[in-house]
Amino acid sequence: MAISEEEVEHIAKLSAFFLSDEEKKVFAKQLSEVLDCADVISEVDTSNVKPTSYITNLVNVLREDEVKPSLSIEEVMKNAPHVYEGVFKVPRII
Amino acid sequence: MDFKNKLIRKSALELAKLIATGELSAEEVTSAFLERIEEAEPRLHAFINLFPDFAFEEVSRMEARFQKDGENTPFAGVPVAVKDDLSTKELLTTCGSKMLENFVPVYDATVVKKVKDAGVVLLGKTNMDEFAAGSSTETSYFGPTMNPWDTSRVPGGSSGGSAAAVASYEVPWAIGSDTGGSIRQPASFCGIVGMKPTYGLVSRYGLTAFASSLDQVGPMARNVKDCAAMLGVIAGHDSLDGTSIQVEIPGYSGMLGGNVKGVKVGVVKELAGESIEAGVLDLFNRSLDLLEGLGACVEEVSLPSLKYALSVYSIIASAEASSNLARYDGVRYGFRTDEPVEDVWEMYAKTRAEGFGMEVKRRIMLGTYVLSAGHYDQYYSKAQMIRTLIAEDFSSAWEKCDLLVSPTSPTTAFQLGEKLVDPLKMYMADMCTIPVNLAGIPAISIPCGLSDGLPVGFQIMGPPLGELKVLDVAYAMEGAIGFEEKTAEKVLPS
Repeated sequence: MAISEEEVEHIAKLSAFFLSDEEKKVFAKQLSEVLDCADVISEVDTSNVKPTSYITNLVNVLREDEVKPSLSIEEVMKNAPHVYEGVFKVPRII
Repeated sequence: MDFKNKLIRKSALELAKLIATGELSAEEVTSAFLERIEEAEPRLHAFINLFPDFAFEEVSRMEARFQKDGENTPFAGVPVAVKDDLSTKELLTTCGSKMLENFVPVYDATVVKKVKDAGVVLLGKTNMDEFAAGSSTETSYFGPTMNPWDTSRVPGGSSGGSAAAVASYEVPWAIGSDTGGSIRQPASFCGIVGMKPTYGLVSRYGLTAFASSLDQVGPMARNVKDCAAMLGVIAGHDSLDGTSIQVEIPGYSGMLGGNVKGVKVGVVKELAGESIEAGVLDLFNRSLDLLEGLGACVEEVSLPSLKYALSVYSIIASAEASSNLARYDGVRYGFRTDEPVEDVWEMYAKTRAEGFGMEVKRRIMLGTYVLSAGHYDQYYSKAQMIRTLIAEDFSSAWEKCDLLVSPTSPTTAFQLGEKLVDPLKMYMADMCTIPVNLAGIPAISIPCGLSDGLPVGFQIMGPPLGELKVLDVAYAMEGAIGFEEKTAEKVLPS
């Protein structure tokens, strides 16, 4: 599966980061190689096989809906790069 | 030999005993290891951050606790190093990334809490591939760690800092995390013992997620008994981790008898063939003879789906990583770009472009691609189905065998820079360890000898929750091999 530089740019956009022209070139080649290698899985017959997302057979792990102590606002905001009056500050959204 | 050099050679269990009986003080032990770290670090760079002040405060706190109510702290005063992807309250936790260079967690990972409760003293956080994506510790934003056996070589990864620290006697034991071999492969490259427990046995709360269905925290030590003891400290159900298993935790280290007689051991054909380097295969085969000599029944078994394990892993791990790493957006914590931006999207994109390294970007992109419309069925869904086949192959193997074995890695430690430019070659370094994570089973790597002066690892895999059986056979083999006794001088100051 060959990946073009345009496709790389599209995937980077979906991944929410910019790439330099040099990075686009390198990633196009490397992603193509990795996917070429991964394509071997297409030869496996999986017609009656169920997918595994988690290996343990735990389902619906529930707990009582009780109020318990949690982090304070100060603690939660402690590592935020920009804070304004107790909320996360970000650039223009719309 | 001076006092410090004598002290740092002791195992974790020996140190615990000497501290408990008052023959050594926790301060003396902490000082000796910090001195050793200061001496070895310029050559190795196993740590990202060291916390000597915190360590001495912890010793005082622990002693006060011990005196006050005679609380039972079995490993009081024994130092430990923790991989930098485990959250440590008030202590920098960087994940080897610029993204979290200044991140100071406000809570402890459950594993860290358990270690503290046992009286174990954290000395520092160890180097790792950025966000645990790598097999050589070279992708760390803070620069690589060097292998104590040959500093022109990598220590393996991603828990390369923890492995190098233990191998070079900077700490008696350490904690790592293993998504596709990140504990076992560096343990193999550095000549130490490393174990990935059954998925769900050890809590992942506070472990920075890389691939959530594969990640597992585990112990690293210079001998099997210490490794078992640390597993006993960190294992156990945690309501803060929804995938945590409810199960009784045996006192692993106290239950090792080294009984191998009649144990049925299967050699995995797919992991012990032509892709293994000659020197590694030779030592592996000699270890099989030794196992037979100890009374085990050794026979070859085939798990045909393992042929696809590397491809399945690269798809599933990248997909999960692309989702997990979406949280680094420069809003709630971590790095944010200083560049001028027009809007929030540009802030995300610049933050992530500057904050992530090449390997992390590569994996996020691969993951995004295999999850995207038009490719989901072909790659992600298909990989999940083959994961089922791989798990079934293991299940059938347990009907015939008690344990399975293979080399831990197809090679010994490679040169720094050798595989960094070729991702495919790098991914091959984990070909023997990856199937274990896909199947969620426990496995250990123990050193089985030197090939051209470099350590070789022997991997023992067990059925789900078969930790004790795995550890017991490892313990018997360790006694017969005598690796540390024969090689200690090579990584120690004279």
